[in-house]
Amino acid sequence: MKPSRIWAWLALAVGALYFALPLIGTIEFSLRMRRGVYSFDAYRAVLSDPQFRATFSFSVFMALMTIVLGVLVIAPTAYWVRLKLPRWRPIVEFITLLPLVVPPIVLVFGYIRLYNTSSWLPLTGTAGGTNLLLLAGYTVLALPYMYRAVDTGLRTIDVATLTEAAQSLGAGWITIMARIILPNIMVAILSGAFLTFAIVIGEFVLAALLNRPAFGPYLQVLGANRAYEPAALAVITFAITWACMGLIQLVTRLQKHTQVPR
Amino acid sequence: MAAPAPTARSWAWLGMLPFTLFALMFLLVPTMFIVVGAFRAEGGGFTLDHVMNLFTPSILAAFSISIRISLASAFLGCVIGFAVACSITVGGLPGWIRGPLLTFSGVASNFAGVPLAFAFLATLGRLGLVTVFLREWFGINIYALGFNLLSFWGLTLTYLFFQIPLMILIVTPALDGLRREWREAAEVLGASRAQYWWMVAFPILWPTLLGTLALLFANAFGAVATAYALTGSSLSIVPIVLFAQIRGDVLQDPHIGYALAFGMIVVTGIGNAFYIWMRSRAERWIK
Repeated sequence: MKPSRIWAWLALAVGALYFALPLIGTIEFSLRMRRGVYSFDAYRAVLSDPQFRATFSFSVFMALMTIVLGVLVIAPTAYWVRLKLPRWRPIVEFITLLPLVVPPIVLVFGYIRLYNTSSWLPLTGTAGGTNLLLLAGYTVLALPYMYRAVDTGLRTIDVATLTEAAQSLGAGWITIMARIILPNIMVAILSGAFLTFAIVIGEFVLAALLNRPAFGPYLQVLGANRAYEPAALAVITFAITWACMGLIQLVTRLQKHTQVPR
Repeated sequence: MAAPAPTARSWAWLGMLPFTLFALMFLLVPTMFIVVGAFRAEGGGFTLDHVMNLFTPSILAAFSISIRISLASAFLGCVIGFAVACSITVGGLPGWIRGPLLTFSGVASNFAGVPLAFAFLATLGRLGLVTVFLREWFGINIYALGFNLLSFWGLTLTYLFFQIPLMILIVTPALDGLRREWREAAEVLGASRAQYWWMVAFPILWPTLLGTLALLFANAFGAVATAYALTGSSLSIVPIVLFAQIRGDVLQDPHIGYALAFGMIVVTGIGNAFYIWMRSRAERWIK
């Protein structure tokens, strides 16, 4: 048993070193802006940049809209498949896995070709239309994670009984969805939502190729022109990702406490 | 949701309309448009010319280096991730390490794209922490020794930052699925540790390992942002060539873009199909 434990520690130490060094390196680099001393100058420069605020709030807004659209499209579908159309399940699951097969760059290439200004639906012609396209693209990227999260949530509740109970009390479909199903799978939806947020906030390819002023392209341009600010932004982005994952853990843990023991 | 009364069962498909419409408009039709475009001749009609145009030295080289980087980062990610996952499951490390490590894996596997490139530039770039540290304390100049972050190994090393955590996340449940009874049964029958691993554990884990390898491969192959932020367009991997093509930086035959995109779908499609197939085989053991 002893030698194996030494190997285990060694594997962990090598892993920890590989993952710690880039983080330490980035933090150290982000503090080096003022010559000779460590300072928060890079962060100050980034946070006071109006473009940072504009692109960052644009991406936050897009992420929130993606979550809303994702829930609107996916939650009723997953519910409906469970309740009425179990035979559709393999097809829906296959479609929700497709975004892992089709690389985002191919997807956006398709958008540009299909919805360009000379097509039947010229979405890329206006800023609003392009934003809509970007929103749809982000929702597609989030599809595998959102669907899996929602479906896992639906598995833990008795969909058929809840629906019948609500119907016998006179509830319509929208009431059932909004006041029975969604509150019951809130934790699952939140997990999917935080993951979606983490994916969308720094996304680069879609935003860059659709020419939208999002955070990802801003990061890339800054990286090509500045030295220390990119490191500061990497630290900030990492903190956001960490916060999203932490919130997923938190809501999942809360769920375990509120669930009625069976 | 426009839904019918429960008695009219034949109208139940109507509830699938929003999702179907969304998937068609923003996933299926755009993808099909690209695939069809790869085979459509200038004036309409079928042609293999665009796909044949992929077989030029520069594009073959791009596919070759893309596939090699993806394979290397997938393989190393599998091996290292497996070692770390082993150490927290069957390696006898204290239990408190497991939770934080899995949380961190969740974070790191999603920490890709442009910021990841910044992190590695700040660490292993010419002025990065590790580069400067090695030079000033040990007199080792890694750049003089031929290392370059904007190269095959540099990119592979960077990709490992999200590949290893993904491997850990996928393989840990599989390792948890190895039952104690199997090991005990093997020991009772006189098997050594090596024999147990080689003849019991590995055959059970094999589909999971191969399947994850395929998934990691597809994961690396489709990644654009990290490589683009790291190397600009100096390293011609397939996604970057396609990116430049779409941006219009390279004025060539526009159909080559369709063909490139089609080639990418084929490669990631094979990887993912292999993953799903292996996963269904692996699930027989995880109950």
